[in-house]
Amino acid sequence: MAFTSFSDFLAMGGHAPYVWSAWGVTALLLLASAWHARLEQRQLLRVLRRRARRSKGVRHDA
Amino acid sequence: MIAVKATLLRDLTLLLRRRGEILNPLVFFALVITLFPMAISPDPALLAIIAPGLLWVAALLAALLSLDSLFRSDYDDGSLEQLLLAPHSLAALSLAKVAVHWLLTGLPLALIAPLLGVMLSLPTGSYAVLALSLALGSASLSLIGAIGAALTVGLARGGVLLSLLVLPLTIPVLIFGVGAVQAAIVGSGVAAHLAILGALLAASLMLAPWAIAASLRISING
Amino acid sequence: MWAFIHKLGSPRWFYGMSAKMQPWFWAAAVLLLVVGSLWGLAFAPADYQQGNSFRIIYVHVPAAFLAQSIFIAMAVSGLVFMVWKIKVADMAATVMAPFGAVMTFVALFSGAVWGVPTWGTWWMWDARLTSMLILLFLYIGVIALRSAFTRRDSGSRAASVLTMVGVINIPIIKYSVDWWYTLHQTASFTLTSRPTMPTQMWLPLVIMLLGFYCFFIAITLMRTRSEILRREASKRWVQELLTDPMLSTATKKAR
Repeated sequence: MAFTSFSDFLAMGGHAPYVWSAWGVTALLLLASAWHARLEQRQLLRVLRRRARRSKGVRHDA
Repeated sequence: MIAVKATLLRDLTLLLRRRGEILNPLVFFALVITLFPMAISPDPALLAIIAPGLLWVAALLAALLSLDSLFRSDYDDGSLEQLLLAPHSLAALSLAKVAVHWLLTGLPLALIAPLLGVMLSLPTGSYAVLALSLALGSASLSLIGAIGAALTVGLARGGVLLSLLVLPLTIPVLIFGVGAVQAAIVGSGVAAHLAILGALLAASLMLAPWAIAASLRISING
Repeated sequence: MWAFIHKLGSPRWFYGMSAKMQPWFWAAAVLLLVVGSLWGLAFAPADYQQGNSFRIIYVHVPAAFLAQSIFIAMAVSGLVFMVWKIKVADMAATVMAPFGAVMTFVALFSGAVWGVPTWGTWWMWDARLTSMLILLFLYIGVIALRSAFTRRDSGSRAASVLTMVGVINIPIIKYSVDWWYTLHQTASFTLTSRPTMPTQMWLPLVIMLLGFYCFFIAITLMRTRSEILRREASKRWVQELLTDPMLSTATKKAR
């Protein structure tokens, strides 16, 4: 453990704004990428499923 | 070989008939150089320091400006498609087109640059190196730029995209081109810089024609 | 060998295979990133010169590594697509580009923030940062070129050519920027190059690196699957997959 207390950890020895902003932006962008990928997949599946059901309903002869 | 020569001569005659297109990059070059003393300072001492960089960047932009029309008219009138169907190596034919572009854009830019260098009070002793480095460097720029021009020729608004694609790839040429002029000013050896510019040109000569040919095929065959 | 390549190139096979692999990579990424972050932020000793600001290394270096690796991966995919006409390779290259640009931005941002306590300024024309900036422009160029074409196949092939041209140029750009930087050197030392790093410092870095790579693989698999569905939506196997009641209930349960 490099820090003695939790507030010490948050202060980062006076470098808090730099360390936390760099880590924060990185974490935010990684989470946003993952969230976007998940959202994209869900929406796509929903749209395609609906379309598949509809075309199945219409084309009985096929 | 005959086909390459024919393409070369055809493009030369076509471009020589439209003198405006040759003059435009040169006027643009001179105009941009005129803007800088007004924007920064007319102080000769300051201008002398930044002159190599200014001249190179302005020449780079001027060459870029003319790239958009490299394949455009041939694409519009369908002669590019004929070139594709010709039983000759498309890489060699596109190399001929690039050579014409350099002869009528890069070379004149290199020749006019010393004159503009005088106006920016570029230190004496670096004029020949400036022209030589620009002549060598602009040949690489024409080759690299032609890849971008070939990729964007089929697009309606390819102009801005072209500069976005080409400019990052021209950074090594810019660095060593300016480096050569700066080395000439401080009196250290310029041979190394010019040799690297030559090496960059040789590498582009070997690789770019294939990329240009592949890009033209994509743009035309869809 | 050939059978394997063609199997790998089949979107259907890839869709099934990636479904099995994806959870493992997500799990590995989360585990490695959590362990690496805790270790790097709280347990690694502070740097004797830079103090605690050096902890930015644990996000800066993995992002920078990934930014370069993704461009190379895109170029390899582009080559595979152009030579063997394997469409999955192009789909992967399509989804890699935005993530690569994001990683390049992360490397640039963390480098700039790191510059404040180290150099006293947000932006320094440092060789690494400058190369990263150029790489960001290359990424934007590839993405813009792909989207400029109305026909998807033309856009794919154009982007492949541009990526390959770019990947040949990257070492040349890097070398010339390094040379340019030593010529005009103003900073006393670069951010990340240091002679020796104690194990307690570099071990978390290795863990973070692995975590970032696993994250990249996981997100690429996931988004390639979406891309497969999007492009192959009219294919029979996709239609069967979509109307399969087993699969619908399975996904419902997962929700």
